[in-house]
Amino acid sequence: MNEIARNIRKEIIEITYLAGSGHPGGSLSAVEILVYLYFYKMKYDSKNPRWEDRDRFILSKGHATPVMYSILAYAGFFPREDLKHFRKLGSHLQGHPSYLEVPGIEASTGSLGMGLSIANGMALAGKLDKKDYRVYVLLGDGEIQEGQIWEASMTSSRHKLDNLTAILDNNNLQIDGKVSDIKNPYPLEDKWRSFGWEVFTIDGHSFDEIHRAISDAEKVKGKPSIIIAKTIKGKGVSFMENNYEWHGRAPKEEERLQALRELS
Amino acid sequence: MARKGTKRGGEITGTEGIKLASLRRAYGETLVEIGDKRKDIVVLDADLAESTQTKIFREKFPERFFDMGISEQDMISTACGFALSGKTVFVSSFAIFVTGRCYNQIRNNLCYMNLNVKIVSTHGGLAVGEDGSSHQALEDISLMRGLPNMRVISPSDAELTMDVIRFIAEEKGPFYVRLLRPDTPLIHKKGDFKFGKAILLNDGEDVSIFAHGIMVHKAIEAVNILKERGINPILFEFHTIKPLDELAIQYAIQKTGKIIVVEDHSIYGGLGTAVSEYVSSNNPCKVLRLGVEGFGESGKPEMLFKKFGLTPIRIADKAEEILDRVQECN
Repeated sequence: MNEIARNIRKEIIEITYLAGSGHPGGSLSAVEILVYLYFYKMKYDSKNPRWEDRDRFILSKGHATPVMYSILAYAGFFPREDLKHFRKLGSHLQGHPSYLEVPGIEASTGSLGMGLSIANGMALAGKLDKKDYRVYVLLGDGEIQEGQIWEASMTSSRHKLDNLTAILDNNNLQIDGKVSDIKNPYPLEDKWRSFGWEVFTIDGHSFDEIHRAISDAEKVKGKPSIIIAKTIKGKGVSFMENNYEWHGRAPKEEERLQALRELS
Repeated sequence: MARKGTKRGGEITGTEGIKLASLRRAYGETLVEIGDKRKDIVVLDADLAESTQTKIFREKFPERFFDMGISEQDMISTACGFALSGKTVFVSSFAIFVTGRCYNQIRNNLCYMNLNVKIVSTHGGLAVGEDGSSHQALEDISLMRGLPNMRVISPSDAELTMDVIRFIAEEKGPFYVRLLRPDTPLIHKKGDFKFGKAILLNDGEDVSIFAHGIMVHKAIEAVNILKERGINPILFEFHTIKPLDELAIQYAIQKTGKIIVVEDHSIYGGLGTAVSEYVSSNNPCKVLRLGVEGFGESGKPEMLFKKFGLTPIRIADKAEEILDRVQECN
């Protein structure tokens, strides 16, 4: 999985460079989480993306399309060729995920704060239909400044959605700076616990810790789980790490070359 | 007074003495009717089930009813999650809340993904009454109209409401239906509703009046007043505001060349604006928009209508005015 993670990181650099825009920072921080889910954990069929009993993954932090599309391409949902056309006119790989256009995308996101509610709807439908698929949703730590997230978190625990696992990409940065400076969301664990969630805190770049937390979350009955993943925005590329300027900026030629060198 | 009904495409003679019925109650009962046949129907509300009457569905099918609490944004996106999982979802709240507070969710989740979620609101317009401005939705149709994939329907009575609900349950994709708080006269019968087709309530030749929702009833009375004054207007009920019945508009232009649109909604962005959009690029003629400018306020609905000029007499006066003005130009 480390090998896959490295290749995914290279794709993130490559496709944002080719597009001339995109969100590398918050994509790089989520790599291990997504690699684990798509190449180890989730049950799905890339040749039958709407298979009824599949596990669902919602990218609530919808701007992380560079990592999402790279993962879906490597998982076989569409040709890797398509990645070159990310964000270009006529490409199905829109800047923010488009449900109707990209196989493997479970919901259109981009406007923050909505993915947890959507995930709840899917989890509730799963319970109603007595299905045993699992729903995973990736949230951003800036994203949780949106009130809707807290509306949704109350819904999750009100309905005992133990078929739902949320993951919080806690890279501590947003566009204008540190999340704690803009609108402090800490303490995270206490907040989610008080909203009725089972909370796990891990190093978001350790496959072992991700594996343990995801497995433990599955065993929780009667409440939803959230894994607070401590991550580094821009992880893997020295000049991007922990630098909020790389939230939504594409690397230029020299930066791309430097990044690819580091990742090889 | 004897009960008077409507004839299809013919003459109507007034609504006094006609039975009143609740659109909200009709909605709740129709939800049960279709929910009984279709197990994929799911209903969401935002702590207003007691008012919107989705409580009627809640009582019969509690496992398929979800009260989201006072959280409209959560409600819309959750509804989309259900729809993405194969359900047909009805969501309800007051018009002002369910279109305004969660507009971005309606746009980015529901319309952009073109999902099977039907927004059925109640308490549209000044007709809300004493609750006042914060609760009187005067911009809801304007908001919903502008969204791609969204269809907009505003029925005038309980009978039409039932047909509308049955229709949208079968027809895929997003819908916005605006229901009323007050009971209104039953002027329709089952089968009157044809999606996208305005109902010709009175055929005439002098001037055309278009209306939707509660103003249909005011317009019917206005037609009677005008007839006494020797004027025979066309009256169309435009229950479907989007898509607009262009043939009906053309018919009205060809026969009369002047249109008055009356609605319990802002003059910016409602049916009046929709008609003006069509008319100005097709067969330009005068379109007068009667509606609300500004915010509403507390008061009994009938008194509010009087204050804001949405009465049968004023509609009739405006119709006469538009006639005289055009004749002067000629």
